[in-house]
Amino acid sequence: MFKKILIVAFVFALFSSINAGPLQAAEGAAHPASQEWTTDGLFGFFDRKQLKRGWQVYSEICASCHSVRLVYYRHLEEIGFSPDEVKKIAAEAEVAAGPNEDGETHNDGELIVRPGKPFDKIVSPYPNDLAARAANAGALPPDLSLMTKARKNGANYLHALLTGYKEAPADFKLTEDMNYNPYFPGSQIAMGEPLSDDGVEYADGTKATVDQMSKDITAFLVWAAEPELEERKRMGVKVMLFLIIFTAMLYAVKRQVWAKLH
Amino acid sequence: MADTASTAEGTANGSSDDSHDDTKRDFLLYSTIAVGAAGTVMAAWPFIDIMNPSKDVLALASTELDISSVEEGQSITAIWRGKPIFVRRRTAKEIETAQATELKDLPDPEADKDRVKKSQWLVMIGVCTHLGCIPLGQKSGDTKGEFGGWFCPCHGSHYDTSGRIRKGPAPKNLPIPPYKFIDDTNILIG
Amino acid sequence: MSTPTWKNPIVQWVDHRLPIVTFLDHAIVKYPTPRNLNYWWNFGSLAGLILVIMIGTGIILAMSYTPHTSMAFDSVERIMRDVNYGWLIRYLHMNGGSMFFIAVYIHIFRGMYYGSYKEPRELLWIIGIFIFFAMMSTAFLGYVLPWGQMSFWGATVITNLFSIIPFFGESIVQWLWGGFSIDNPTLNKFYSLHYLMPFVIFALVFVHLWALHTHKSSNPLGIEVKGDEDEIPFHPYYTAKDAYGVGLFLIFFLGFTFFAPNFFGEPDNYIEANPLVTPTHIVPEWYFLPFYAILRAVPDNFVDVWGILPVIISAKAAGVIAMFASILLLLVLPWLDTSKVRSAKFRPTYFWLFWLFVIDTIILGFMGAKPAEGTFLLIGRLATAYYFLHLVIFIPLVGKFEKTKPLPESISAAVTAGGSDAKEGS
Repeated sequence: MFKKILIVAFVFALFSSINAGPLQAAEGAAHPASQEWTTDGLFGFFDRKQLKRGWQVYSEICASCHSVRLVYYRHLEEIGFSPDEVKKIAAEAEVAAGPNEDGETHNDGELIVRPGKPFDKIVSPYPNDLAARAANAGALPPDLSLMTKARKNGANYLHALLTGYKEAPADFKLTEDMNYNPYFPGSQIAMGEPLSDDGVEYADGTKATVDQMSKDITAFLVWAAEPELEERKRMGVKVMLFLIIFTAMLYAVKRQVWAKLH
Repeated sequence: MADTASTAEGTANGSSDDSHDDTKRDFLLYSTIAVGAAGTVMAAWPFIDIMNPSKDVLALASTELDISSVEEGQSITAIWRGKPIFVRRRTAKEIETAQATELKDLPDPEADKDRVKKSQWLVMIGVCTHLGCIPLGQKSGDTKGEFGGWFCPCHGSHYDTSGRIRKGPAPKNLPIPPYKFIDDTNILIG
Repeated sequence: MSTPTWKNPIVQWVDHRLPIVTFLDHAIVKYPTPRNLNYWWNFGSLAGLILVIMIGTGIILAMSYTPHTSMAFDSVERIMRDVNYGWLIRYLHMNGGSMFFIAVYIHIFRGMYYGSYKEPRELLWIIGIFIFFAMMSTAFLGYVLPWGQMSFWGATVITNLFSIIPFFGESIVQWLWGGFSIDNPTLNKFYSLHYLMPFVIFALVFVHLWALHTHKSSNPLGIEVKGDEDEIPFHPYYTAKDAYGVGLFLIFFLGFTFFAPNFFGEPDNYIEANPLVTPTHIVPEWYFLPFYAILRAVPDNFVDVWGILPVIISAKAAGVIAMFASILLLLVLPWLDTSKVRSAKFRPTYFWLFWLFVIDTIILGFMGAKPAEGTFLLIGRLATAYYFLHLVIFIPLVGKFEKTKPLPESISAAVTAGGSDAKEGS
């Protein structure tokens, strides 16, 4: 009995120690409140209407500074846009056309461009990091394609950050051009409060509150970071069911084989 | 593995069980092996499918081509699935020659009307059917061979104005890719 | 050795020319195994299975991965997004690494608890430690490949450890890097070696099994097999038991793979490597944490206090030496342990020492994840000290002074007498 307790304690301690690494990474920042996400849990799924709203928030607000460079226009079909809609979205962007027949990429110093195609990457707002910094007073707006995976407790953190702008407390020394946000490590962030009520007008009539928009853009970015999530969980449930049955059968076989011995 | 296992089981353990237990045990054992085998087969699929063309490759599997700038008698070359596509806006004379050719003169008989969607536009995969070289005849200065179409410099295959093989070692006509006219000036290949 | 006659003529034909069927028959079918092995004995074959899974998924991933600093990160993301089932294979490989270490750590602790390393299985144990070492280097090399922030900075920190080597340190580090920092030549080299190492492990596993089959498995009672009644053929008994263990393991493994694939990972590794920005906390993968804690535990002034050749060994060197010593000491564990009795079942004092050692390594693991300062550092130091005390002082002393419990007459006697052993065996 004592041994069993030790074993359980061992396993428990092992797993807590595994978690100990990431847990303390959020030091010096307020703990984000947990929100409900459709992608949570064993049966997590994408709410495609929400993802479309999130795309709208991204393209109308975030996209002026932040890229999602790992996402292609064609991927947008996965969140419910039709192929024709994707074509239209892509065609609004301009991409480098590459060398023409005479091998030129520029015409009188101007980049030769063509309309975007579904197979293009979603066009980034700046050609490179230096240009991005130059346009943002030295701060680099990070790429958002993996944001929810690249931060501890990513989705809740993003939502808390986007809704967490406040007046700095009197005793807080805010650096010039910075904004107070207790959820950001160090509590000051270069990005100004990006969302305000009715910052976008949703096509589906949803009221565009800051909270709603934060949730929508976060849901969109969860999809952008883990587009496989829905398929993964669906397959996982089936695989688990199979394995539980199969393991039970293996246990029965084992019992039968060993029964002879006693 | 299961085979060796069951053989050896018989040799190693003799038969100390009575037959009733054996049947019951066999049923459980074989159904477990069957379920395990089914699981293994299913688990193998991702490992096979991963080597199929990926989504980014498939996204480039069809190419849209703007042909509005091609003048009569000119050709353009596009790339589709890593291969050159010859698009030629044929002259009236070329069309006439192609249509007038008798099928019996052709090593690989095929009527011109079966090779085009609009008689003015000839769209082909520009890979010689002999050994895979790229035939000449796209540029105005190129030699076009004895039949005014294309000429493969590797082993001297001559193609006519419909891209059909007329002379030389190549066995087949230049193949036609799947394509359609989206509108008058755009075609979708693939 | 008499050649068995196989009924199947094709099998007979092959076996007569290449006795592979006879070999397998001896090695995994008739192979005599103590009848009282408990479930802790499942983890060896389980680790072997994981090795096969890792090699399989790894070869597949290599088909889509690009080992170039400008493309590595994006090529991994292409695998995750565009390659068919790429996300599945990649997550299997990622989590498989952690599973490998879980299985091997349990396997090692099992060996310690039941004294499996003792005469005549010393070499079996030593080869096992070599496998563990090869696994650690493979894991380290592989973690660099996705070219995230942790990849880059982990590689920087670990390769810099070699700079402590007197006189040649700098040149060795440059040789490892193939340049003046972790860069494209390093990534290419690591990719090549990461592909090579699993096959080295595979060869070591073969030797490990060879040694195992020479003196056969130890057992929970730690007494020698006395006769046929103590043994049962590996098949069907342990094939059935191992298969059941594999089923349970797959539920655990695939549970993480499908529902929490990044549980063992670091969020920072989803940020592309940036040589100009160091993450606030560089944390190695969880399976390195105890050793990382030992590395950082040695105080800066340790060398001065002890006055051991301070010219050659710097303080940094002392930490590195301590870390390598913590693993290398395991190689001589069969000789450090002076007890004639193998199993902790019959060693009341060692039983406690063993569990204290387990708890100590877990504490070290915790401290490896914390910043090396204040209380954390103090606890880390104490735990490090205990780690070495246990191996170098307690283990040899306990063997000499411990009053052990009487050993059962034979395995079969203990099993038929009932009690916990029989239950564990069933």
